[in-house]
Amino acid sequence: MSDRVAIIGVGWSGYRPITPELSYKELMYEAALRAYNDAGVDPRRDIESFVTVAEDFHEGTSIFDEYTPDQLGAVLKPMHTISGDGLHGLATAFMLVKTGQFSIVAVEGHSKASNILSMPGVVAYAQDPVLNRPLRINTHFIAGMEMNRYLVDSDTTQQQCAQVVVKNKRNALDNPSAPYGAKLTLEDVLSGPPLSWPLGVRETAEHADGAIVLVIASEEKALALSDRPIWILGCGWSNDSPGLENRDWGQAHYVKGAAQLAYRQAGINSPFQAIDFAEVDDLYAYKELQTLEALGIFGHGEAGQVTEEGLTHKDGSLPVNVSGGSLGMGNLLDANGLARALEVVLQLRGNAGSRQLEDVNIGLAQSWRGVPTASGAVAIFGN
Amino acid sequence: MSMRKVAVIGAGMTKFVRRAQETGKELSWQATHMALESCELTMDDIEAVCLGTAPDAFDGVHMNGEYLSDGAGAWRKPYMRSYVGGGTGVFVPIQGWYHVASGMFDLVLVVAEEKMSSYFPHAQGAFLTIFDHTTERPLKPNLLWIFALEMNRYMQTYGISKEDIAQVAVKNKRNAADHPSALLGDADITVEDVLNSEVLAWPVNRLDVSPVSDGAVALVLAAEHVAKRLTDKPVWIEGVGWNLDTAYWTNRDLAYPRYVEYAARMAYDMAGIKEPRKQINIVEPYDPFDYKELHHLEGLLLADRGQAPQMVVDGITQRDGDMPVCPSGGLLGVGNPIAAAGLMKVAEIFWQLRGEAGARQVPGQPKRGLAQAWGDLMQVGTVVIMGR
Repeated sequence: MSDRVAIIGVGWSGYRPITPELSYKELMYEAALRAYNDAGVDPRRDIESFVTVAEDFHEGTSIFDEYTPDQLGAVLKPMHTISGDGLHGLATAFMLVKTGQFSIVAVEGHSKASNILSMPGVVAYAQDPVLNRPLRINTHFIAGMEMNRYLVDSDTTQQQCAQVVVKNKRNALDNPSAPYGAKLTLEDVLSGPPLSWPLGVRETAEHADGAIVLVIASEEKALALSDRPIWILGCGWSNDSPGLENRDWGQAHYVKGAAQLAYRQAGINSPFQAIDFAEVDDLYAYKELQTLEALGIFGHGEAGQVTEEGLTHKDGSLPVNVSGGSLGMGNLLDANGLARALEVVLQLRGNAGSRQLEDVNIGLAQSWRGVPTASGAVAIFGN
Repeated sequence: MSMRKVAVIGAGMTKFVRRAQETGKELSWQATHMALESCELTMDDIEAVCLGTAPDAFDGVHMNGEYLSDGAGAWRKPYMRSYVGGGTGVFVPIQGWYHVASGMFDLVLVVAEEKMSSYFPHAQGAFLTIFDHTTERPLKPNLLWIFALEMNRYMQTYGISKEDIAQVAVKNKRNAADHPSALLGDADITVEDVLNSEVLAWPVNRLDVSPVSDGAVALVLAAEHVAKRLTDKPVWIEGVGWNLDTAYWTNRDLAYPRYVEYAARMAYDMAGIKEPRKQINIVEPYDPFDYKELHHLEGLLLADRGQAPQMVVDGITQRDGDMPVCPSGGLLGVGNPIAAAGLMKVAEIFWQLRGEAGARQVPGQPKRGLAQAWGDLMQVGTVVIMGR
């Protein structure tokens, strides 16, 4: 077993609503090239294993893993695909290095959402075909029901959820990679069109295209190759019930399970004290609040209030989604978790430009796989 | 730093059938339940779950891994689905291996499920969308056609006859007659039966190819200290390997599966195997087509190039031969629910090494076995070596 595992290279490309001039392969290639240059590695010579995260229906290709190796420099190498979020892929690379069998592993995630002509239909096909699909429930309707249950359970208000939108879209204006930045007032958000009450259109992340590649290394390689490795202090992931009929709608148990696993490895008992900033799921604005509570960073029903008070703002004591989150950067499908992790790495390196946070040493990234799943992952990083 | 040792301590499998009445979730649960019973554990003991299943298009379920998760016992547990096309069945125990070898978990459940019969009218339709959307899909290729190209290339390169290749189908379907879960076991099948079956895409006849099937298989993996506490017959995962070649399959020589060789070399290195032909006692290479068993024996360096057919003719690969190959009956005999079929091969090695294979038991108390799978566009090799 290897001791510590670090991220030694990051690369990304896209982050735009549409990328008509690039195929998914070209997006992946650009991101990979930048990550390999950033790490100072040659994929054919140095990288020993590769992991992609992808889902067939998002790609419009069955057995999509066929099309992963060429543009990553992974031909005739140990490469595999995880049908999960980017943070699941990162956890996989973490485990591969921890076995001692591999010292450098690359992880890739991408979205070419603009290629999908029938997104609502595709996403609806994720519902249980026997018990849920015959009800013909729209994906956002499920999110609206969950939001309503969360608001009731936690005494959170629609205003507090809207505050998340104001904050994240404002943060996104400082992020050149975020296409959905905006200067909105609380009233702008609340007066927007409803999507599935109490959920509004402006509280829902729009899709974007993009690709992200991270290069992961063992402690020995990281110290040899990088003068600013970002250490992976812990990784966790968990699933709750995939069926709509038998899950706890108010609380995100998949977040709790993942966080417990990651905190245990990182030796964190009091997350609010230990963590300097977080990048968490905000595919819907209420998710940020629900997730922060499930992470144990705030108590049940507290996240909305502390958001109103500005605690999670860029200059607050625990900034959340300084990147703009998915509301600002777009829903990148299976790459969402890698987008969150990338921001944590950039902040910890001091490379976050005009949105750079002062004195940050430990950051947390979290992701969710979207409706109808109850599946997500957590990773904790330190510099 | 020495790598953590990982053992297989339990296995279970459903029957492989043409049309299961159960949903994919239920099949997963059945296999999981049997695997846990075999080592007297319950889901409460399991720390993480790894799942393998092939294209979502079969089930028509987007994010099929999420859908199957509770059937595979992953409720409120760390759970991930890995995916390398047809190679998935032998990859998913590799995924379980790195879950344990990394030190993250001590007891991991590995499940492979496939339900191909949901696809109407025939699961082959799901394969129409595996081809490159720009260069290949407009030609409307079919999976059987491209494998027929590969078989033809293999035959032409080495001057191999269809009669010799058909002997693989005969051996495996006869072996499968002894497997209680088999779909196509036939103790009386002959080479003539194979050669006289209808031509699907020359040189592939119907009995050269494995059937569309439904089924599930599960294994329980344990870290060394836990395995020794739970069983006195652990089967150790000694080596793993996987390798993915370019998507541009039209640019490579189809006569030899180089990616299988690379995967095998990785596994041999890890297992410290210098002379595989002497050190591997039983082999379960991937045999969705009869020629593939031969092709893979060569890629695994267990036969010289073009010489694998002679091993079959000489009876070396029979269950009582010097190197039994597919004593389970393989995909040709037991059936081919894609991911589950690969994991069935790993389970077979587990049962053979423990002496629990019943009527299929290979004589001579084998010490070490190898399972291998293959998939994507004739592109990926996955290898697991186990010993006791």
